[in-house]
Amino acid sequence: MRTMAIRTIIPTVNTMLAYDFMRNAFAAAGVVALVAGAVGYFLVLRGQSFAGHALAHLGFTGATGAVLLGIAPLWGLVLLTLAGGIGMGLLGERLAQRDVAIGLVLALSLGFGLLFLHFYTAFATQASALLFGNILAVDIGTVWTLAALGALCLGTLALIARPLLFASLQPELAEAKGVSLRFYAVAFLAIVALATAECAQIVGVLLVFTLMVGPAAAAQRLTGAVGRGVLLAMALALAEAWLGITLAYYTDWPSSFWIAALSASAYLLAVAIGR
Amino acid sequence: MPCHGSNRVTSIALQGVRLKLGTRVILADASLAIGEAEFIGVLGANGAGKTTLMRAILGLLRPERGRIEVLGSPAARGNPAVGYMPQSRAAIGALRLTGWEFVAGVLDGHRLGLPIAGRAGRAEVDRVLDLVGARALARRPLAETSGGERQRLLLAQTLIGRPRLLLLDEPLISLDPHHQASVVALVRALQRELRITVLFSAHELNPLLGALDRVLYLGRGEAALGSVEAVITAPVLSRLYGAEIEVVRLGGRIFVMSGSHDVERDAHQHDQHDTHAHDGHTHDHTHGEHDAGV
Repeated sequence: MRTMAIRTIIPTVNTMLAYDFMRNAFAAAGVVALVAGAVGYFLVLRGQSFAGHALAHLGFTGATGAVLLGIAPLWGLVLLTLAGGIGMGLLGERLAQRDVAIGLVLALSLGFGLLFLHFYTAFATQASALLFGNILAVDIGTVWTLAALGALCLGTLALIARPLLFASLQPELAEAKGVSLRFYAVAFLAIVALATAECAQIVGVLLVFTLMVGPAAAAQRLTGAVGRGVLLAMALALAEAWLGITLAYYTDWPSSFWIAALSASAYLLAVAIGR
Repeated sequence: MPCHGSNRVTSIALQGVRLKLGTRVILADASLAIGEAEFIGVLGANGAGKTTLMRAILGLLRPERGRIEVLGSPAARGNPAVGYMPQSRAAIGALRLTGWEFVAGVLDGHRLGLPIAGRAGRAEVDRVLDLVGARALARRPLAETSGGERQRLLLAQTLIGRPRLLLLDEPLISLDPHHQASVVALVRALQRELRITVLFSAHELNPLLGALDRVLYLGRGEAALGSVEAVITAPVLSRLYGAEIEVVRLGGRIFVMSGSHDVERDAHQHDQHDTHAHDGHTHDHTHGEHDAGV
């Protein structure tokens, strides 16, 4: 029985991976999931999930603006999320965590994004791809760009992880010990901005939460250790992304839907197990 | 041992210090010396500047005038010999991290790199947890600990790196009287065993009676340092509060009254109210304002 199942699964996986666009999709989603899981862990720990969400919306403005100017949307995304992240960090944690300010930025940036799309009427599909992602349209060049940006994100995060953790858990104490809260707030939000831009390529700006926040929140429910939590968040994000694409392949439903559904299910399951 | 001579080693020395928070004068011109291994209760109304004084001793706030010396050198950020327990924030109680990981999050926290504790680091975390008797409870997530248990973990965290001076900002806040007594007893025992200097701020004097060596009472830009008998008197407190104060001693407890109000108890209730009103909005740097609130 088991061998039969394996005999039927392996050939179908082989046919799935016979397509270039499927291989690219798996590679891109894999890179992005690992970055999102690790960055998301600290985002959730610091209680800045909503800030991450707002950055994604800024990315929408950046991407549509880039399309209007004839530049690749990814660079518009990166540029504006990065500017937004650094801006939020400089304005201080108190502003970055203030929901009204973030909500306004979020709404305004979607509005601008819509305006840019209005001027560039030829691309109705572009809007949907930006908002909800289009993993199957990722080419090999983009995969390499995502890998390079992802390495930059993870490398920087690894470098600042210890003081960032200190500043997140005990800010006043960290400050007294000579850790610059401002510096790490800015550096971290810059990392979040890059990770957000990456995620938007896979699941779109509206569903960045599914890869950044879902797996990290589930991991924090399941383990009380930092190291294990980060690794678990990365593993969960990877599993959700790959399984989502696979399910999309077989059902022909959008992969972003599957990833969102898996992310929410994993979190609910973690809450149920974790107590 | 209530009083100390001037020949002791000094932990904290203020010389002609003028300290302001924004436009408010916390200390107008204060000079005082706190000796090694003293347990000092820091008292005063809300806004008197207990937190501000601690931040100045930590080197986070520069005095306008005068000098603050800590363990023989000018107050400066990053002094490893100074341990600090900030006023507890509500956010800590929501963390899913275990107490052990929370305490360990402080290890070498100023250095770059991955937060992975080595053998020495793990041993240090276990050592401080043993000191406060929290080894077992540190296995639980913070979200599943009580206020008293969390306070013990926070205390353990301040002991990392073997400090010689501990600044504890309102460790008794929102604890019931039973837990207040156990926290005070624990700090007193540690302070004696490790021979460290402790500044312990509180709203009320009574939980600290019997544990403290001297009182540092702040109010209206002044600081009075001395034994309970010398400082907790109608003339001194009337000056610090700027109002007619009566001191009533009753069954080993001391009540500081203005008219018919218990001043300290009133302050405490105000602050609790404040804390709840701001929950979720005030975060990291708001202590100064918080103090200024009433």
